[in-house]
Amino acid sequence: MGKLRLLKIALAATTLAATMAAAHAGNLKIESWRNDDADIWNSKIIPAFNKSHPDIKVEFAPTAPKEYNAALNARLAGGTAGDLITCRPFDASLELFNKGNLAPLNDLKGMANFSDVAKSAWTTDDGKTTFCLPMASVIHGFMYNKDALKKVGASEPKTMEEFYALLEKLKKDGTYVPLVLGTADQWESATMGFQNIGPNYWKGEEGRNALIKGTQKLTDAPYVATFKELAKWGPYLGSGYQAQTYPDSQNLFSLGKAAIYAAGSWDISTFRAQGNVPLGAFKAPPPAGQSDCYISDHTDIGIGLNAASKNAADARVFLDWMATSEFAEIFANSLPGFFPLSNAKITVKDDVAATFLSWRGECKSTIRNSYQILSRGTPNLENELWNVSAQVINAKMSPEDATKQLQAGLAKWYKPQQ
Amino acid sequence: MIKNNARRLFLLIFFLGPAVIVYTIFSVYPLLATMSLSTFTADQSGVRHFVGLDNYILLVIDKDWRDPFWNAFLNNIWFFIIHMLVQNPIGIAIAGLLSLPRLKFRATYRTLIFTPTMLSVVIIGFSWNLILSPLWGISEGFLKFLGLGSLFQPWLGLESSALITIGLISVWQFVGIPLMLIYAALLNVPSELVDAARIDGLSHLRIFFSVKLPLIAPTIGLVSILTFVGNFNAFDLVYSIKGALAGPNFSTDLLGTFFYRTFFGNQLQLGSPTMGATIATAMFLIILIGVCVYLYGIQRRLERHSF
Repeated sequence: MGKLRLLKIALAATTLAATMAAAHAGNLKIESWRNDDADIWNSKIIPAFNKSHPDIKVEFAPTAPKEYNAALNARLAGGTAGDLITCRPFDASLELFNKGNLAPLNDLKGMANFSDVAKSAWTTDDGKTTFCLPMASVIHGFMYNKDALKKVGASEPKTMEEFYALLEKLKKDGTYVPLVLGTADQWESATMGFQNIGPNYWKGEEGRNALIKGTQKLTDAPYVATFKELAKWGPYLGSGYQAQTYPDSQNLFSLGKAAIYAAGSWDISTFRAQGNVPLGAFKAPPPAGQSDCYISDHTDIGIGLNAASKNAADARVFLDWMATSEFAEIFANSLPGFFPLSNAKITVKDDVAATFLSWRGECKSTIRNSYQILSRGTPNLENELWNVSAQVINAKMSPEDATKQLQAGLAKWYKPQQ
Repeated sequence: MIKNNARRLFLLIFFLGPAVIVYTIFSVYPLLATMSLSTFTADQSGVRHFVGLDNYILLVIDKDWRDPFWNAFLNNIWFFIIHMLVQNPIGIAIAGLLSLPRLKFRATYRTLIFTPTMLSVVIIGFSWNLILSPLWGISEGFLKFLGLGSLFQPWLGLESSALITIGLISVWQFVGIPLMLIYAALLNVPSELVDAARIDGLSHLRIFFSVKLPLIAPTIGLVSILTFVGNFNAFDLVYSIKGALAGPNFSTDLLGTFFYRTFFGNQLQLGSPTMGATIATAMFLIILIGVCVYLYGIQRRLERHSF
């Protein structure tokens, strides 16, 4: 017993020593939730960086997405977190900055390559300090199976009316599930539904800022109209969509059983990997008669500097490199569907990803309206949105009641809305 | 005399010490730390301030905490009722069958029925999600085969049936535990009593209800309280099937998932360790009250029969 315990202590001590040794000396460790991308970081991004900076060793150390926030907080508190920290957008990272875990990055040279909208997800409320370098955004829209549209002899819908006409045609034809969206995981309804088509109704940034300023309410016409559209989707979804999870949705589409997929651009790589479906994409169609269009071009990933990093100088060199067009080009092409946020002009080789990216030129970009400031209180606006969007699509709640519940929740704690 | 006392003290420390230390470090201290954490609140910079019982008042008074809390509590009671009505009777019935004399493949049945209890909850959640899936699940085809295809619904996705479905999955998973405990108790029923009853001309069924069941009542009580504690701490199955937001419309939200969401946060909701600790303490109190009611109200009246 005594021997065994001694052995355990010795073992624990060696592991500890080993981890501590790994934490400093010329090495940079990146914390991330993107464990799917580990391969791309290790085989493409880090080697490209080492070509110009051979003396800095970089290690990509991801954690599973669900555990990332909790694990990162624990490591930051314990002083064992990596030098570079992949930033969730908005409040989760702002909290880290306020706690002093993230260093301010205003003086980083590369920061000049990013627009204010790109930086908004990682800037303090007063707009003075930016604490993460914007890395990538994801764009919403619809992906479709080209075969399905050929089968019913239709083209990409340009307006909401054409969109429903197409769905109706597909339903009559019966070969394909017209529209893929499941309400079981709830976020799909809010993110791929509400935030996808909504910007056309609330006019993107204009409506988003009006909500923050308190000049618009969630019970106003644009929001009711968005939910009214969602309420029409039920009949076109797969059977039992109430119990359909996100992986179910992905499979339904990638197995070629469905026609239109309410998408986030990050799904491109999933569908490319499966490779069975001839992919096309169209942006969220605006209502008939509206000439402007708006897309959700959501700032999703940033990267910041651990304020306690022992290797801050090297980390800054790496961050500066991440602001270059070289990084943007590699990143955009290795991860089609994640779009770099820097102003650098890049060419995306994946045609569907390029289609998504082209909407930036045709339409005005906005981010999801619940993300900045508005999801800070209790009840949490984003959670509420998941819940009511799923209920509206399930036909368990009317669009009016949905907006009433959202507005009541927001007004409860958010001063400008009272 | 003095030497003797010192020796007794040494023995006392020697035998009780390790258990007391382990129990204090891993049970008492975390419990007290949780309770103390629940009397604090954190400001924006993460600094904690003492607020006394404010968190509890918030939990009981404020609509946005009260409603989810009671919703989770009522769901939890419903979850417990499902287990008491389905899991334990089935466990007792199977244990009764297994303890019949001259039963073949006894060990095989026992092992098969106990297997789900040993599976990871993630596997259980995933398998049942697939079995019940309206897209690829076998349940719809199976019902159609029986001519009952029209009864099929996406049960896990409907507000009216999601909690019951998850409750039944949990029953399927854990039925082995009451089964094992009751089976062991049944084996302890002296065979003389059973033989005497048989000589008196009682049927198997009658022997079970009139002789065996009263003798194993204390074990059934134990199973009930284990079920109660287990159910009010339940979290993993709901989380693995429905996620932290326990949809649709929080119809599958249990105290465990409510606690998890509060403590660790969800998507844009930041975790609040202090409010989470408040809910954890409330859960502890609920379980404590339940166990006390059982111990003082029921356990005391039960008698162990001595033979």
